[in-house]
Amino acid sequence: MSKYAFHRSRAEMLPERPAPLTSTGVIGWLRANLFSNWLSAVLTVASIAVLALVIPGLIEWAFIDATLTGELGKDCPSEGACWAWLDQRITQFFYGFYPPEAYWRVNICIALLVPALAYMLFDRLPYSRYGRWFSLAYPVIAAILLVGGLGLDVVRTDQFGGFMLNLIAGLVGIVLSLPIGIVLALGRRSRMPIVRMFSVGFIEFIRGVPLITLLFVAIILLPLFLPPQVTLDQLIRVMIIITVFASAYMAEVIRGGLQAIPQGQYEAGQAMGLGYWQSMRLIILPQALKISIPGIVNTFIGLFKDTTLVIIIGLFDILGQARLLQTNPDWLGKVDYETFLLAALFFFVICFGMSRYSLNLEKRLDTERR
Amino acid sequence: MAEADAAPAGAQDPIIEINGLNKWFGQFHVLRDIDLTVERRERIVICGPSGSGKSTLIRCINRLEEHQEGTVVVDGVELTHNLKNIDAIRREVGMVFQQFNLFPHLTVLENCTLAPIWVRKMPKAEAQEIAMKYLERVKIPEQALKYPGQLSGGQQQRVAIARSLCMQPNIMLFDEPTSALDPEMIKEVLEVMVDLAGSGMTMLVVTHEMGFAAQVANRVIFMDEGQIVEQNTPEDFFNNPQSDRTKLFLSQIL
Repeated sequence: MSKYAFHRSRAEMLPERPAPLTSTGVIGWLRANLFSNWLSAVLTVASIAVLALVIPGLIEWAFIDATLTGELGKDCPSEGACWAWLDQRITQFFYGFYPPEAYWRVNICIALLVPALAYMLFDRLPYSRYGRWFSLAYPVIAAILLVGGLGLDVVRTDQFGGFMLNLIAGLVGIVLSLPIGIVLALGRRSRMPIVRMFSVGFIEFIRGVPLITLLFVAIILLPLFLPPQVTLDQLIRVMIIITVFASAYMAEVIRGGLQAIPQGQYEAGQAMGLGYWQSMRLIILPQALKISIPGIVNTFIGLFKDTTLVIIIGLFDILGQARLLQTNPDWLGKVDYETFLLAALFFFVICFGMSRYSLNLEKRLDTERR
Repeated sequence: MAEADAAPAGAQDPIIEINGLNKWFGQFHVLRDIDLTVERRERIVICGPSGSGKSTLIRCINRLEEHQEGTVVVDGVELTHNLKNIDAIRREVGMVFQQFNLFPHLTVLENCTLAPIWVRKMPKAEAQEIAMKYLERVKIPEQALKYPGQLSGGQQQRVAIARSLCMQPNIMLFDEPTSALDPEMIKEVLEVMVDLAGSGMTMLVVTHEMGFAAQVANRVIFMDEGQIVEQNTPEDFFNNPQSDRTKLFLSQIL
């Protein structure tokens, strides 16, 4: 015993107890998230009121008052959405001017895309060894199917269009911009002055110029400089520009990730005798890319939506098809919102999917706290 | 001079020879005229105030730092800009860092097998076998499949030691291996290092653990302002320091 009042000495340590019930459950959640104080309670009620005003009108317009069948715009009465064009035009929104008798080729491409992507994106799938090879071969298979050759009728790339065009340009950009971005990011941090200057120059130039300008240059100016016998397919030129543009942004996103890796990680690799490329591949990039996932996916989503800019150089992607229908005398003034809404829906599905996947990936790779 | 055991005093088999080493960080003269010969199987503890250049000195031995003047010869190979030599030396010299520097995205076992597989080109199964042997030696084989973030600091540092040993180095460099650890974990790391010293490994240890120095070192080196101020056997270093600077340092840390 001590003579001091603060004297304590514990004979045994306290066991753990579960958290009190009032902090869990539905009521607890509501109180914590929606009604934690008077301000959030007011905001909750106000938000519900706004939704109550907007949602019924939207549903009424889009579904209840909507016209679903009809041959021409005049079949649609003025109130309510006009969806009558859907059954004649939906294929064009998706395939553009691709010959209808060859739609099956596009469909097969899309069907094969699912396993090709799955084997790249998820581990622990059955037959994943062969699956990876299939993923690598997919671009070639897809190109042959889409363009033709090997006994298939050739389809000119200016017949490509609709959402299919956005998907193709977006996928090519996504698949190529990541490795190019990595190389540029490493180049920008290189100790070799020429490599570094090239990377910095490339990144800053591409980032400093609007994508539309680059597209115009690629389509209109480039042929003036190239000898006339050199012709590069218009679609390929567009894909190159979109890829290059996204790569510059990607490089900066990845550079941010690289800078977050402590110096000690580089040193540990060096001290064990790993070379530069081994260190990068085995130690630095896996960590840097993991940190950069949100930024990388952000760039992917931006790139995918930027594919709609091809409209200004005369390619008819899904927005091009929407404009085409809006200015069609048969439908004039009847389908302005509806066509854009459909395009938005297509994009939203894909972009939201990418976003969810990135969350899943972040969770899967989070080895620090599990 | 009284030597502890297997003492290489007089044994002429130097594994590290440093002559006239000078290094600057910008205008800051961090290492000044360092001459140091380390015999095979010798265990050297380097101490000194912060900023005295002790970490920089051992980082020059595996070329994590480049020196501007003088020569550093490790196991018969001189460190120059020749990348092949640097890689050859790094394969033979293990290093343990203050901040452990484990790879957080790899399991403990993968941390240990990475360099043997990619640098030594060892088959995976063999690398894993060796890794488990060393993980047992540092007394954490049961953590092999966990990630570093799930381990305590002391366990992480022991993994780092095992990871270095998996390359089967001739020399081990320790850069303040216990400075980032909670007091309760220092002992478990020091025990592993004492065990390693008993196995005849050549060790250069930058540390302030004077008990460790007294127990295992053949030689204690005291550095200040980029110079070797005093070097002696642990007994003479602690009991009979010569320079005033050493006496002051010892009076402050003991």
